Order: sequence, then C-alpha cells, then structure tokens
Amino acid sequence: MILFLIAVAIWVSTGISALVFSRRYAVSSWIGAGGAILGCLLALHSALQAILGNLLQSFQFPWSLPFGSFYLKMDPLSGWFLLPILGLSIMAALFGTEYMAAWRDRPSAGGSWFFFNILIASMSLVVVARDGVLFLLAWEIMSLSSFFLVTFEHQKKFVRDAGWNYLVATHAGTACLLALFVLMAKSTGSFSFDAWLEKGVSPFSSIVLFLLAVVGFGTKAGFVPLHIWLPEAHPAAPSHVSALMSGVMIKTGIYGLVRLLSFSEVPPEWGCWILIGIGASSGILGVLFALAQHDLKRLLAYHSIENIGIISLGLGVGYLGLSIHSPGLAILGFSGGLLHVLNHALFKGLLFMGAGSLLHGTGTLDIEHLGGVIKKMPWTGSTFLIGAAAIAGLPPMNGFISEFLIYLGALKGIGTLHGSPLVFLIIAATSLTLIGGLALACFAKAFGVIFLGSPRSKHGHDAHESGWGMRLPMISLAAGCAAVGLMAPLAFLILRPVLTMVCRIEALAAQEIFTQTSMTLFFVVLTVLGFLGLAGFLWGLRRWLLSGKTIHESVTWDCGYDAPSPRMQYTGSSFAQPLTSLFKSILRTQRKISPPSGFFPIHASFFTSAPDVFVRTIIRPFYHAVRFGFSKMKWFQHGRVNAYILYIGLTLLILLIWNLR
Amino acid sequence: MTTWLDGLLILMVLTGFLLLGSSRLAESIRMVAMQGLALGFLPILLHSDEIGIRLILLSLGSMALKGLLFPRLLLRAAREARIKREIEPFVGFTMSLLTGIAIIWISFWLSSRLPLTESIRSTLIVPGALFMTLTGFFLIVSRKIAISQVLGYLVMENGVFVFGVAMAKDQPWLIELGVLLDVFVAVFVMGITIFHINREFDHIDSDRLANLKDSDS
Repeated sequence: MILFLIAVAIWVSTGISALVFSRRYAVSSWIGAGGAILGCLLALHSALQAILGNLLQSFQFPWSLPFGSFYLKMDPLSGWFLLPILGLSIMAALFGTEYMAAWRDRPSAGGSWFFFNILIASMSLVVVARDGVLFLLAWEIMSLSSFFLVTFEHQKKFVRDAGWNYLVATHAGTACLLALFVLMAKSTGSFSFDAWLEKGVSPFSSIVLFLLAVVGFGTKAGFVPLHIWLPEAHPAAPSHVSALMSGVMIKTGIYGLVRLLSFSEVPPEWGCWILIGIGASSGILGVLFALAQHDLKRLLAYHSIENIGIISLGLGVGYLGLSIHSPGLAILGFSGGLLHVLNHALFKGLLFMGAGSLLHGTGTLDIEHLGGVIKKMPWTGSTFLIGAAAIAGLPPMNGFISEFLIYLGALKGIGTLHGSPLVFLIIAATSLTLIGGLALACFAKAFGVIFLGSPRSKHGHDAHESGWGMRLPMISLAAGCAAVGLMAPLAFLILRPVLTMVCRIEALAAQEIFTQTSMTLFFVVLTVLGFLGLAGFLWGLRRWLLSGKTIHESVTWDCGYDAPSPRMQYTGSSFAQPLTSLFKSILRTQRKISPPSGFFPIHASFFTSAPDVFVRTIIRPFYHAVRFGFSKMKWFQHGRVNAYILYIGLTLLILLIWNLR
Repeated sequence: MTTWLDGLLILMVLTGFLLLGSSRLAESIRMVAMQGLALGFLPILLHSDEIGIRLILLSLGSMALKGLLFPRLLLRAAREARIKREIEPFVGFTMSLLTGIAIIWISFWLSSRLPLTESIRSTLIVPGALFMTLTGFFLIVSRKIAISQVLGYLVMENGVFVFGVAMAKDQPWLIELGVLLDVFVAVFVMGITIFHINREFDHIDSDRLANLKDSDS
C-alpha cells in the first residue's frame, strides 16, 4: 500500500510541476508523462500483489473533514480494475507526449499534463477508496479533471458544447450517487464500505437504491439512454485522453456498481433481469448507432457503449448465477464481464490511439474522406486491424475470449435451467450474438473504408506515419490484445481470486469449474492456433505460387466506364446501408438528397447523418422541462444583494423558530 | 441594579426604533453612538459584584470605539459623500416601524422558548439582544445607502455583544477584544470603501452596484 501512496504523491507532485513549467512544453511534458509512468509502475506493483498474492492491504488515515475517513484498501477486485487503469495510463502518457506536441506553442498543452496526472490519481483512488465520502470525493475530482481534459481545445465551439454536455451529465450522475450513499449510510449508520458489507446493505436491497445506483454509475459508464455525453466528449477530447476516458474511466462506473452490489449476500432476480436488459439494449443500440457514424471517434464512442453493454450482460449473467445458487453460471458470467473490462481497455485504448494517429497523419477523422491509408501508415493500419479484430470478438484476439466466456455461461445455463432465468439467458446469448455480428460489420466498414482501397481526398494522399512515440504504445497494446487472447487460460486463472471474492465462494468449492473452464479455454486456444497455422500455411503457399510472377496493378472491372475515380468506391455509408436501412425505425437516419436530374446532370448530392435518437426523444425534452421549471424561479435569482442577505437571514430565523416550536 | 439595567435595555430598544423610523443620517449615526455608549455600561451593571480592571477596560474600550470613534468616522464619510438622508429605502419608514413591532414580538416569543441558564439577571436582556440583532439585520436588508447598512451592521453587532455579555459569566476578554477589533476593522474598511466608491461613481447606492453584474442572457 505504501507504494500506492507514493505513486499518488508522485502523480500529484509531477502534475503540479507540469503546471508550473507549462510555458515550456518539452519540460512539462517530460515531467508530466514521466511522473505518470513512474507512478503507474509503482502502483502496478501494489495492484499485482493484490491479485496474484491475494494480499489484502489497507491504509487508514484520520482526517478532519466531517463524515468518513481516508480509508483505502486494496483487494483483488480493486487490483483487477487498477490493472487496466495503470497499464493504459502508461501507454496514453507515452502517446500523449508526441501527440500533444502539435499544440506545443500553447501553455495549456503543458498544463494539460496536470489534469492528466490528477485524472490517473483520482481514478486509482476511486477503485481503492473504502469510504463513501472519500469515494465521492475522488469520483468528483475524476469527473472534473477529465472535463478539463475534454475541453482542451476550448477555442472550438463544439468542444465547449461537448464539455458542457459532459459536465451536466456527470453531475447528474453524481447527484444520484450522493443520494444513494446518503441513503445507504442512513440505514447502516456509517459511510464505511466495511460496515455496508457487514450489514449486507447494497443497492439490491431496494428498487430505489438499485435505480439510483444504475443511473449514477450508468451515467459514467454509458448505459443507454444515459450515454449521451460519450459520442460528444470523445471526439472533442485529445486522442490519448479519449483513449484513457473510454478505455478505463467509464469502467469506474462498472467498478462502483460491482463493488456496491457485492455487499449483498444473495442478489434478487429482478436486479439481474435489469442488468441483462440494460446490457442487451446498450450493446445493441450502441453498435447500431456506431454503424451509422462517419466520424471515426464518434463511431468508437458508440462502440464503448456497446462494450459497456457486453460487460453488463456478463455481470447480469453472473448475478443471476448467484441468485439461483449456481456457482458455475456466476463464475462464467463474472469472468466474462470482468475480463472484458481489461480487454476493452486494451483494444479501445488501441483504437482511439489509432484514431489519434490518423488525425495526426491525415488531418481528418471523417472516414468518407480517407481511404488506402494503410499504404502510407502501415503501423497504424496493422495495429488498428488487430484492435478491430479484437473489438469485433474475432479469435484469436482477447475480445473473443471474454465474449466466449459469457456465451459459455449462458449456454450452460440454458441447458440446465427453466423458467424466467432461462428466458433471460436466452436474451443474453442472442443479443450477444447480434452485437458481435453488427460489430464485425461496423469494423469491416471502418477498417475497409479508411485503410483499404485508394484515397478519396487529399487527406488520404498526404498521409504520413506517426513517430515512434505514438507507434510504440499502439504496438504494445496490440501485443496485449493478442497475448490475452492466446494465453486465455492463464488470464482466466489470474482472474480467479477476483472471482472467488465477487462470488463469495471458497476457492476449493469451485475447483472443478475452474479446471473445467480453463481446459475448455485451452482447447479453444489450441484450435485457434491450428487455424492460425493453416492461415499461415495458405499465405506461404500463395507466396510460393506467386513467386517469380510479376504482379501489376490495374483498375477493377468498371462496367465499361472509361474514367473510374476513387470517388466511385464504396463509401462508409453505402457499405453500412443494408444494415442501417434494416434498423431504420430505430436509427432514424436523416438523409439530404438532391438527386441528379435531366440528361446531363451537373449537381447531385447525398448526405446522411444519424443524430442520437435518445437525445431528441428523451434527454432534450427532459432538460427543456427542467429549464422551464427553473426559469420560473428566475424572479428569485435577480442579483440584488440585499435580498440575498434577506433570504439567508429569513432561513436562519425560520429554522430557529422551527426548532423552538 | 435591575432597574438601571432594564432602563438601559429599554433605551437601546428605543434607539433601535428611532433608527428604523428616521431618514436623516446624522441623527441615525448619533442614535447608534448612544446605543454604543449605553452598551458600555452593560458589563459593569451585569457583573457588578466582580468589577475588575479587565471589565472596566473592556467597557471603556467598547464605549470609546462605538460611542466616539465609529460615529466620527461615519459622520465624516457622510460629509465627504455629501449625503444627508436615506431617500428611497427598499422598505418604507412606516413599514419599517411596523416590522420593528413584529420583531419585538418575535424576540419575546423566542426568548420565552430558548433554553437559558439561570444566570440571566433581567427578563428583558434576551429579548433586547434579539431585537437589536434582528433590527440590525433588517436595516442591512432594507436600506439602500451603504452608510445605513453599516449602521445596521453595528446595531446587529451590539445585539450580539449584549447577548454575549449576558450569557457568559466568564467570557474570556480576549474574545471580546477580538470581536471589538473585528468590528473596528469592518467599520474602518467600510468607511474607506464608501468614500472611494463615492469618489469613483458619484453615489453610494448599493442598489446601483447591481448594474455591474452580467446581463441576463
């Protein structure tokens, strides 16, 4: 624990130093990123100790704030969430030093390292805090520091709007959490997590608490329809920040949910149904909206929503297993969900960095303007391909393993259960299938349109590869994706202490399930390796057959048309059109068409946009109603100081009278 | 002794009413000065059995500050700013007097409900203190001219002082001195600020300071 505390001190102190030297970008970025990485390495040691050594470390420090105490404890669950936080932070810090150099003339570029390091520190504190007040404090610092990172380019209006949007959303979530924590503290008499665990009070205890938790943590995590800030904030933020926010910060919402839910002995079934329902809807809607996007970062943001849905499906299956006393189901569900937390951090971090590298190299993220970029940016292209394969859940990448575990759990349950659990497991399995298929289509579109073919505009032509500072993190993350995928049984066994903690089972009692599952995973990996070998063999065969023959480039079959141009390639929208039109009742894609007319048409245009349906149908009407309500109170808020003093005095007097009544 | 004490308290309440009902600044300042002087006798009357050098110093100090120094400062500020009367308060003078009556009523009711210690010498002292505090507060809220608001602040502070002297038998005089110093600094700063605001803006209607705020958008 002492190493962790030192790490926090390093983050804070180097962050402040970066702020001091913000006039000189080189100095502040070296201090900021260096401190971030050093701190992460120290804290990583502590986290690994908690997971591998199953070592409980705690630290309590009395403070003078009312309520609560500075109580930290590192257990396997905290360690498991710290792992992606710290790992991805190292990569994002490396990536950021080169990425942010484009803004080196601005003092805010150096200053952004302050918020970056504070964000890492607060995220780490969130997952080890064992006191409600401390947790909320760290949570709030996390939200604010990420807000300042999102609004880095605040000169642009859409960035300010996105930041504002994020700030409102995150505070709405925190308000729910505050209510939740106060209610839980009221029923136990303490803000300490230990007391809550002892008394068995968790959001599962009542539907009100559960909804507060789902809304509060779900706003951060991005459950549909609370996800509205993600597609706005991620495109606005610098890429390494979006990587960090999408990869790990939204996971703190999942962490909070799991942590609080783990206080209950046996979860009620309705809670699991809600979780599975949220998972299915977030997953399917997230990936559907992703399909309709043109902006790569927006597309990736919607995929974050999808992946949060997958994680939530896993957790739902896990809790269902706990509630019907089926440890096998619980272990498989939780292992899928929790492993996906790590996996999503790996591949989504990689993909956002790939997007950053694209923006750096081509100057645009509109996929309709790109094309053929892989020839100019081979490193970015190939690592992006690995990330795309991982997020689409293709073997041998890591995304496949975690989704496979959830499938395994759901199918195992479907074979043995009946009644309502069966229905929900079928829902989980089928929606996971749909999500997987749509994600594959979406990344076929994204990768194909951006990296293959030939450039559609000068952005694609002028592309150049990024430097090693940006390549190295992408390569490491790609290697991480492959490693988790190929060493799946090992990853599953590392997860074991976390699982025994969350499922509250004795390690020995579930021995059989663990060995069985890791054997299954071992065979899966063997099969995958067999396929890889086959693919390698075919590739070699092709090379051998083609050796000695000349290869030349020519146009594709062009129906006799004389002058084919790159603009005649499939665009992203046209590629996705069959699917988007299939789901058009949900997507409500807006089209602006001016069709060609006459024999020799000069002008014709076609434009689609898929604004978020939930913003239009739920969030905006809600906020309009809130604004209308508050505008009625404007007479109260007029700016006359005398009257404000009167308000204060009258309140005090009335309270006094009330008390003496 | 109690007769004297009650007389003093009634005097203070009456000055409070005068403050509520008068528009002339010079008169109001003199009323506050009188209140301050009366206040100075209070500790001696209340703790007559244990008069010491400490108590006398405290009384004299408070009289000198509240009865002499503050009024002079404020009179000077009023003279420099060339204002003689409060013309248009937020709450009219008749209305203020009626509010004063309501405050008296509230003070007596509150003091009958407050759990108090036995050491209170007079039944009037707690309602008197509450009345002064609330009146001062009301003056701050209802008057426009900054000097009137400073007067309100002083009256409020006097009320707190009476309450403190009555309640705590062995109130550490360090605290009393600290409070006196606070008030002194506050009045000093306000006096200077009023002078400067007047020089810059040609008037000291705190009301018009609202023009400085952001416009509604």
